[in-house]
Amino acid sequence: MEKYLYIALFAPLVGSMFAALFGAKPKTLIAGLLPSILLLVSLVASSILLLHILGGGDVVHVEMMTWMATGDLYIPFGFVVDQVSVTMMMVVTLVSTVVHFYAIGYMDHDKGFNRFFAWLSAFVFSMLILVMSDNFAGLFIGWEGVGLCSWGLIGFWYHKESATWAANEAFIMNRIADLGMLIGIFLVYWNTGTLQYAEAFAAMQSLDIEILTWMGIFLFIGAMGKSAQFPLHTWLADAMEGPTPVSALIHAATMVTAGVYLVVRSNELYALIPNIGLFIASLGAFVAIFAASMALVNRDIKRVIAYSTLSQLGYMFAAAGLGAYWVALFHLMAHAFFKALLFLGAGNVMHAMHDELDPFKMGGLGKTMKGTMILMTLASVALAGIFPLAGFFSKDLILEVAFVDYHFIIYGVLLLTAGLTAFYSFRIIALIFHGEDRHTALGHHPHEAYSFMLWVMAPLAVLAVIAGALKGTYFEMVTTVLPATEYHVHSAATYWIMTIGTQLFVLLAIYFAYKKYISKDIKIPDGTSEMENSIGYKILKNQYYIPYFYEEFLVKPYRELSKVLWKQVDMKVVDATVDGIAGIIYTTGEKTRDMQSGNLSTMLKWMVAGTIAMLSLAVVFGLAVRHQDEINTILSSLGVM
Amino acid sequence: MFEAIAFYLFAFLTIAMFFITVTTSQALYALTALAAGMIFISAFFFILGADFLGAIQIVVYSGAVMALYAFGMMFFDTTREVKEKNGNKYIVVGMSTLAAILVVAIFAAPMVSENITALYPVIEGAGNTQQVGMVLFTKYLVPFEVAAIMLLVAMISGIVLAGKKMDLSLTLYNTAEIDDMKKDQAKKVLS
Amino acid sequence: MEIGLNHYLVLSTILFAIGLVGVMRRKNLLLLFFATEILLNSVNIAFAAISHFYGDLTGQMFAFFVIAIAASEVAVGLGLLIVWHKRHGNIDLDSLSTMRG
Repeated sequence: MEKYLYIALFAPLVGSMFAALFGAKPKTLIAGLLPSILLLVSLVASSILLLHILGGGDVVHVEMMTWMATGDLYIPFGFVVDQVSVTMMMVVTLVSTVVHFYAIGYMDHDKGFNRFFAWLSAFVFSMLILVMSDNFAGLFIGWEGVGLCSWGLIGFWYHKESATWAANEAFIMNRIADLGMLIGIFLVYWNTGTLQYAEAFAAMQSLDIEILTWMGIFLFIGAMGKSAQFPLHTWLADAMEGPTPVSALIHAATMVTAGVYLVVRSNELYALIPNIGLFIASLGAFVAIFAASMALVNRDIKRVIAYSTLSQLGYMFAAAGLGAYWVALFHLMAHAFFKALLFLGAGNVMHAMHDELDPFKMGGLGKTMKGTMILMTLASVALAGIFPLAGFFSKDLILEVAFVDYHFIIYGVLLLTAGLTAFYSFRIIALIFHGEDRHTALGHHPHEAYSFMLWVMAPLAVLAVIAGALKGTYFEMVTTVLPATEYHVHSAATYWIMTIGTQLFVLLAIYFAYKKYISKDIKIPDGTSEMENSIGYKILKNQYYIPYFYEEFLVKPYRELSKVLWKQVDMKVVDATVDGIAGIIYTTGEKTRDMQSGNLSTMLKWMVAGTIAMLSLAVVFGLAVRHQDEINTILSSLGVM
Repeated sequence: MFEAIAFYLFAFLTIAMFFITVTTSQALYALTALAAGMIFISAFFFILGADFLGAIQIVVYSGAVMALYAFGMMFFDTTREVKEKNGNKYIVVGMSTLAAILVVAIFAAPMVSENITALYPVIEGAGNTQQVGMVLFTKYLVPFEVAAIMLLVAMISGIVLAGKKMDLSLTLYNTAEIDDMKKDQAKKVLS
Repeated sequence: MEIGLNHYLVLSTILFAIGLVGVMRRKNLLLLFFATEILLNSVNIAFAAISHFYGDLTGQMFAFFVIAIAASEVAVGLGLLIVWHKRHGNIDLDSLSTMRG
């Protein structure tokens, strides 16, 4: 079984390095095909491991080698495949394989084809390290690795200034959060003496609640950065500068879920500090509605989907915060499938429309892009949570969790968000695929994507449909490590009212969206309509002016401070000191050069001076020798000798 | 009492003479003052009972060395006043005072601490010259011989440095050739 | 009043200082040599005085050798001075700077 672990882990690395060999060359198909095939291999290995775990096999725990063994600190490169990590592995490898094959078609005409696959496979490798590691240090390595690869992939088209800016923003925001995570890891080590999950969590049972609270807070700060919770959320929307497969893989299914994974993995810690859990849940609920509100008016399809991801992440954190870890993980899994599908479909649309992002400029594409329309509609239905697709089983479960635990505010917020989610998802679908054709007038002649790309997206669609049926097996498997709380609403009547009510609410939202956006009078908004100038629209369009706030009150002062520190401190103090030392040596040399002027008179004077110096030395030493005993007593009383 | 008078008199004279030597701008005055100073120093030696040394001082120093200097001065333009570049005279005077004090301190230290034993004690009854002779030719024989060689070397070097046409040895030529050479030289001078 | 060793030593010191002043001040090479002579003589006085007051002949021997060495030094020094003068035409100390560093 260990060999499957290593195959699953290292196959993407091999693919990445292979593609990297072709980095500077023009597009070579094999540089894209081989990594994709290797990822397929990794997927197969993960499936074997899944079957092994499902069949009741033992958890696979290997220690590859020791990383650090200094003093009391022992950190190995250790990997564990237990129920939680095998779920994550499946999600990661499945979506990655699909995205890799899709990208062979998507990046077809791109000059950086080979480089793309190198980065993409490296990302998968880092993510696998993150989920398979058995200690916090390995988690952190994977954490940083995905951050780095995400930077490389967002800024893939590096000659576009907006792309590089977005990449830096993502990386820096992640870094800020990583500081919190590091502090959390330090606290874990300091208080428990180990970074291995098993031992650390066992030791935590007996710790002071205050320390545990701080640990939980700091680890969650790290999760906030990676999973783009408020206030570190601005990078996710800007990360759409990267190619669409990147958005599908990283910002839908894998990297942003790393934060949820962290919380799920540390469930034993968070179970001990329910107050922090409540805070996490509240924050999650807030982010859910916050993101959904911004998606309502946005005119960039990728951004809308990005906000949707943010919103669903909020759902996951809400579940995790309330203690329903297996529910959060389940939603993570289901969400990965339909969100990736949504992104890939958007990629098709973008390609067809030559990278046009405004849905108002599209319309009526359903006639030419039937396959994509079906897939995207399927994904949106799943996202909205309509029975019997996957979203119903995961999202509604979260709503149940909130209701059962009497957190009615959270329940209300999440319910409202569900409605908003349905609305904006179908707004996009309606604007793009239905209604009148607005694009031909602008000169676009769209065509469907390569058929192999559609076939590659098919497995995701299948999973988006049937994932709900997997819930039972999943529950059995995962509750061996996660708390197995079942959530039953008190009475059957309440349960049916809730479920049916939610479904009706969502369907109503979908109908409303369709009605509004299918109509024939939709014009491309050009800034003059009344709605566009209303305050609410403006606030939502500018993302509640939060990026503006960050720019004005954080970035600019920081830049000024950096300038001051550079000019005043670095150049005037540090450089001056170093230059001063060199200058002193220089001037000393110049001055003493006069000693060798060749002028006999000067040399005679120096000779006399030297003689005096040596005579003085002789006198001093002579006196010292004579009074040696007194000198010894003085020095010993001063504590020197 | 006579000793005291003699000491102070000669001390004053010596200091005055040497002071003139170092401060005057006329080279001839300096030379004369130096010679006078040497004589007065030999007076000190006689006061101290070092007769041989005193005699040597007059013969060698005032006689030979001063004569050498006087011959040397013939080569140079002594009427010209020597221009002195004045460095900071405080530094100069200060440093020399300091050096002098230190030297004395070093010399005086063994004496003050009564740490001295006589290596070659004076033999009573013999005159100073005899005592000097006894010590010089027994215990200081090697330095004496070495000093003699050194004086020889110095003499030869003085001749070599200052002589003219040293590559030509007149004793190897007979008279006729020497006359020819003189005629050639005279022609050169006249033409 | 009794003339003790200290008097001679003080005298020697004063002469030594005068000699040093001369060495440092003089720009004419010949006059520099004069100052060197002063230095040597002052030391001779000191040696002789100590020898007298301690009944030790070592001092006089030393003074004797100092005189010998001073004589040879003058001979060689003047020879060199003459050569320099032939080459440069003056014996100013400031022109003696071909060995500048």
